[in-house]
Amino acid sequence: MSDLKKTLPTEYMVLNMGPSHPVTHGTVKFLVTLDGETIVDFVVDIGYLHRGFEKMCENSTWEQVFPYTDRLNYVPPMINNVGYALAVEKLLGIDVPERNKYIRVIASELSRISDHLTNVAASGLELGAFTAFLYFVEARELVWDMLESLCGARLTSNYVRIGGLKNDLPEDFKDQTTAVFKRCRELWSDVDKLLTKNRIFIDRVRDVGIMPPDEAIAWGFTGPCLRASGVPYDVRKANPYLVYDRMDFEIPIGEKGDNFDRYLVRMEEIIQSMRIVEQALKEIPSGPINVDMPEYRWQSKDDIYNKIESLIFHFKTVTEGIKPPPGEVYFAVEGTNGELGFYLVSDGRGKPYKCRVRPPCFPLTAAMPRMIKGSLIADVVPTFDMINMIGGECDR
Amino acid sequence: MEHMNVTLKKLKDSFPDSIIDTHSFRGDDTAIVKKEHIVKICEFLRDDDDLLYNFMMDLTAVDYLGREPRFEVVYHFYSLKHNRRVRIKAPVPESNCTIDSIVSLWIGADWFEREVYDLYGIVFKGHPNLKRILLYEGFEGHPLRKDYPVKERQPLIGPKN
Amino acid sequence: MLAELIETIAKIMFIFGVNMGFFTPILGWVERKQSAVMQDRVGANRADIFGFRVIGLLHILADAIKVLTKEDFVPAGANKFFHTLAPFISLTPALVTFAVIPFGGQYEIFGHKVNLVIADLDIGILFIFAFASLATYGTVLAGWSSNNNWSFLGGMRASAQMLSYEVAMGLSIIGVIMVYSSLKLTEIGAMQAEFFRWGIFLQPVGFILFLTCAIAENKRAPFDIPEAESEIVAGYFTEYSSMKFVMFWMGEFLEIVTISGIITTLFFGAWHIPFVSNEMLLSIFGFAGPDGANILTMLINIATFFVKIIFFIWLQMTIRWTLPRFRYDQIMKLGWKILLPLALINIFITGLVLLVK
Repeated sequence: MSDLKKTLPTEYMVLNMGPSHPVTHGTVKFLVTLDGETIVDFVVDIGYLHRGFEKMCENSTWEQVFPYTDRLNYVPPMINNVGYALAVEKLLGIDVPERNKYIRVIASELSRISDHLTNVAASGLELGAFTAFLYFVEARELVWDMLESLCGARLTSNYVRIGGLKNDLPEDFKDQTTAVFKRCRELWSDVDKLLTKNRIFIDRVRDVGIMPPDEAIAWGFTGPCLRASGVPYDVRKANPYLVYDRMDFEIPIGEKGDNFDRYLVRMEEIIQSMRIVEQALKEIPSGPINVDMPEYRWQSKDDIYNKIESLIFHFKTVTEGIKPPPGEVYFAVEGTNGELGFYLVSDGRGKPYKCRVRPPCFPLTAAMPRMIKGSLIADVVPTFDMINMIGGECDR
Repeated sequence: MEHMNVTLKKLKDSFPDSIIDTHSFRGDDTAIVKKEHIVKICEFLRDDDDLLYNFMMDLTAVDYLGREPRFEVVYHFYSLKHNRRVRIKAPVPESNCTIDSIVSLWIGADWFEREVYDLYGIVFKGHPNLKRILLYEGFEGHPLRKDYPVKERQPLIGPKN
Repeated sequence: MLAELIETIAKIMFIFGVNMGFFTPILGWVERKQSAVMQDRVGANRADIFGFRVIGLLHILADAIKVLTKEDFVPAGANKFFHTLAPFISLTPALVTFAVIPFGGQYEIFGHKVNLVIADLDIGILFIFAFASLATYGTVLAGWSSNNNWSFLGGMRASAQMLSYEVAMGLSIIGVIMVYSSLKLTEIGAMQAEFFRWGIFLQPVGFILFLTCAIAENKRAPFDIPEAESEIVAGYFTEYSSMKFVMFWMGEFLEIVTISGIITTLFFGAWHIPFVSNEMLLSIFGFAGPDGANILTMLINIATFFVKIIFFIWLQMTIRWTLPRFRYDQIMKLGWKILLPLALINIFITGLVLLVK
């Protein structure tokens, strides 16, 4: 054997996976060193989608940051909107009306559904299950139609405002939800049949990319990936914001922390999010959606055009921005990939002094080498899919 | 708010010399500590039975241009067991723009520290692989510093061969 | 002599025409449309001539024009000769193997005996295996000559996979050969005249093994690791464009047809209709005279054969659009640790049964 090795020397092959490669959706580069098909070394190179989010925010008024947050994790933009709005409201020390809270919950959960649908669908696609992909894309389209009827846009929603919302729920929203969720549940069970008990799918994702709970915590995992490792941490339960404490929903937990558990957790969260939306729609009270504080939230167009005070407030908030007191806050919401935290520093002027996002998929992506070293090159596909790295959020 | 201050009290008792200041603006417990003792304090936060801040949630920096010390490295910790959060801030002067790395405590701090190095130019001593992460090798300056102009342009660089 | 020459040429023209003129282009359309139906989509339907869209069939034409006018690209550092040769090696075996597959029985027409197979070899099955093995060279050469890491990985995967599955495929057929005690495909076909003598009833395990191995040989999902687009871009044909790329594609489609033909011949009664013997057909068509009856019977048999082929094409397409992809080590495990022992056990049991009889 040793003679054979001497006469037939082998060397490692270095592959540049990405930044434009079918599996690296969202432009990321892997520098993979291969021994045959086995991964010896794995280096993740991010930053291809870096747009200078924080620098842009520091040069915009507090309100102008919302469109930028849409482009963080662009599949569930509502959650980013809500997270930022809640952080600013915490900084201001104001509370929003009840109806507003319910609508924000509905919007967040719809966004979460769309993100989990996309993620599971894309994972299926990349493992060759093209049919499952299109089933979930159909479901996602329906959910996006709902978001469109809510805010007028499918992806870059820009719906939430500081202390309020762009507009109220459309009138037929409840009926639309009933119809869409019925179809979504059908499609969900179709995909469940196609994948969950599919021997080939299970073999591809079981025992791949395992992350034990203690290590997951050390790496800074949050969200579905952490819960798949068996740690029951969900911001919606741990630090309930909005009206999540009144909602009845479960937090699915995995056992082993492999890709199959991550898949199962996401599948179950889709169902739980639908439950939350249905409850919220049932319990939603009527009332205003905006705070009655003209220095923070513009008043209606009628008032602005007809009342001099409203016009002055509008002029001031638009040209100078709202002025929170100096200080700093950190506020976290449950994003689709984990804890989406906003750390805001105000110096009392109309622009954020610092607007930091804690991107949930950043530590997940950092842990890729830990999860993938020693396995086969084909295992990169499900592992990278299941951590759901979104370039816009990871690179900001 | 009574239970919230457990952390700050405990920190003050254990490290009387290292804690510069504490406050709880909007319920966010914050301790400003000396940067020389950051690793010790973080380890204490993580391992002490009453604290158990096992999550290193976020690590970033803020540039207070015109103030001395100029930078602040900001850590956010979360304790799963006690469901508590704490913010630790360590001022870093521009003249000695370094702080000890906490990668030995939380391996997840690796990329966060690289990002702060990349965008603010703060050097983390003891970091295993302190390179630029979001920007490319050869980028001049650190864009999140307040004295980096918004419209600054960087020269185009070709592929390195 | 002349009649035989004409007969052979006619048969070659027929098979070549059906394969290259009908199946290859139409399968591109079938694949698109069938996947579309399965996935709640419409599928390709945009190509039109003067506004006529003909349910997307014109895409065949559009594709042909597209690939013929594309730049034929050879990457720098590639071995130009082998890079060009590889697609030909891939395509030819798929075409040639059809020569020994009978698409009908033997008929007396105008005093001339017509045997509906191009080459009625005594070792028909071995011929098929010999040529199927040659296709491996095409993929390996393509992977190696492209001077690209992805292609290289794809080529290595392809060679490993095809070599492994050839073993199991060969062994899965031995049961059939034992039962019919012949290597001649026309004889095997003729012996399945009775419905319950079909290969599927005598060799059910052999059928499943053969189908699995054949799909793996053809490198289609779920066995498409040599070209797994999410892992290694496009595998061995990453660096191919234009007509050369299409030749790999055509080779794949032709192999689907060939596999369906072999399965039909070995396991599904070749050209026979269940419960309807050729004698019955002849008596039904008695009104057309002896020659006319023979011609009509022949046509019915050919039609039956191709209907069965189309069914198996449909089956393979359905499998391809339903299942996700295996991983490299899992494919190897399946081939060597499951299919190979099963094939051996199948041979053993077949032998026992034959001995007891």
